[in-house]
Amino acid sequence: MALIRTDGLTKRFGSITAVEALTIEVQPGVTGLVGANGAGKSTLLKILLGLLPATEGTASVLALDVATDGPAIRERVGYMPEHDCLPPDVSATEFVVHMGRMSGLPTTAARERAADTLRHVGLYEERYRPMGGYSTGMRQRVKLAQALVHDPALVLLDEPTNGLDPAGRVDMLELIRRIGAEFGISVIVTSHLLGELERVCEGIVVIDGGRLLRHSTTASVTAETQVVTIEVDSDPAGLHERLSSSGLDVRSDGQVLHVLVSDPAVYDLLRDAVAELGLGLVRLERQRHRMTEIFMNSTGEQPTAHV
Amino acid sequence: MSEKPTEARTGAIHDIGYRRYEGPRLGTSYIQRSLFVETLRGAYGLGRSARSKVMPFLLLGVMVLPAVVMGIVTSYFGSSSLPVRYPEYVIQLQVTVTIFLGSQSPAVMSRDLRYRVASLYFSRPLSRRQYVQAKYAAMTVALFILIGLPTTLLLAGALLAELPLSEQLPDYLRAMAGAAIYAVVLAGIGLVVAALTPRRGLGVAAVVGVLLVLSGFQIAVSEMAAEFGSNTFLAYTGLISPYTLVDGVVTGVLGAESSIGQGPPGALGAAVFAAVTVLVVAGCYAALVVRYRKALS
Repeated sequence: MALIRTDGLTKRFGSITAVEALTIEVQPGVTGLVGANGAGKSTLLKILLGLLPATEGTASVLALDVATDGPAIRERVGYMPEHDCLPPDVSATEFVVHMGRMSGLPTTAARERAADTLRHVGLYEERYRPMGGYSTGMRQRVKLAQALVHDPALVLLDEPTNGLDPAGRVDMLELIRRIGAEFGISVIVTSHLLGELERVCEGIVVIDGGRLLRHSTTASVTAETQVVTIEVDSDPAGLHERLSSSGLDVRSDGQVLHVLVSDPAVYDLLRDAVAELGLGLVRLERQRHRMTEIFMNSTGEQPTAHV
Repeated sequence: MSEKPTEARTGAIHDIGYRRYEGPRLGTSYIQRSLFVETLRGAYGLGRSARSKVMPFLLLGVMVLPAVVMGIVTSYFGSSSLPVRYPEYVIQLQVTVTIFLGSQSPAVMSRDLRYRVASLYFSRPLSRRQYVQAKYAAMTVALFILIGLPTTLLLAGALLAELPLSEQLPDYLRAMAGAAIYAVVLAGIGLVVAALTPRRGLGVAAVVGVLLVLSGFQIAVSEMAAEFGSNTFLAYTGLISPYTLVDGVVTGVLGAESSIGQGPPGALGAAVFAAVTVLVVAGCYAALVVRYRKALS
């Protein structure tokens, strides 16, 4: 069963078209919704929550129609908005308990679930302090906890890594991966950074200007290519020359060389060439497609990582 | 020996794993009731920081204290009546009620807008209309407690002074009905103003300002009317300020003696005051619903 299905979904605000004729089908699991700022990601999430009526087209979430079953959808879906949404004068525990009740959990269940969820997102002793003194990382965790407290079937996360430092981003992405893999909750996560989603998402929907650019699984996007990258511990110019003269397709990229591997024998050739030139081999790695290529392909530019 | 505790610690909390929730999910009426209770508690700073309890409880104290003193004085001197009539009490302490409304309406209403918590409510089953209803009801009850509690203490004082219940009860009941009307009218005005001024500090000033301006305007117009000797017009100036408006209903419709001196003129006047009261409440509710229909994210 498709988790989300949209058919010709269009949303206009006056003369501005935020979402245009979007037809997608998202399967359960972790799905990235990627697009530049203003591409229509947040608008799409609000339509899926049944908060904004679509101008044209239909959409369903968990087999419920967004136009008519908004409350039923919102009972089974968690939402983490992009913007700050935490009152500073209450503690994370009190806040998440309250939000659990607001999703229909009885008070004792809400308390239990709030404690569980806060622990899962990695908030410990500090959860008893007022949220006004929290760091951005902690605030993002509380926002995530309130979206998970009622054990939804699906969570919509709007730019969860926004404002986080690199370490915080890694933590957040790991958390998102766990929500999908260990908690068994489907996730739609938006980002304007394609690179960070490829680590955690099984599927990717790319939208631009409200239109669908590409919809694919991460596996096919980041599948292995025929290109092998070699890095050696000194100047690779000599190696470049030697490999070229052996009839290989070699491209230099700073300190590394990209070699097109047409058959397995080429690996031996590479190894021997490095050994004979007395170089130290630092890295010999098969290249993967980068998701950034999606954008480049779609805009007609030459993808850089290809040979 | 020393290994055991470490071992125990590695079995840590992290590894319990995710537990699904299989229990009941209660409907919107439960959610609405929870929001009502939470908001009512919040109006008195309960469940908030110690600092947010100071103002509401200080004001509740200011409301209650005179009633207690009056009760004691009445019984001590063996007076045959209380120093004030029940419906009059709130009018004499209206500044306190206004300050309470000014300080707590933003806590009830603007807080969710200022910190954008509202979008979390609206991404849950409750509709915007139900959200507004819960907030309005909570603020009304908070005000009813503020006005009704000292009124009830007055009655308790009167009974302790062994004044006959049969004499006290009708006026007390009028005052309590009046308290409910004051609460619903003032809550509406306070919440609408607070919902329109989400910025910190501004809401307090706006609510108090609106009520003071209305009161001042009412007094100015009524003095002018008194000067020019138009008694009918004078009576209708009570429609301007919420306090004189509700007082008009309490005297005109419920039959209490007027506390301010100008009740509504006759049955028609009483009907007009009642109609305006209903309109104000309905208008405030409608304005709130419209306000939240627009507040999307």
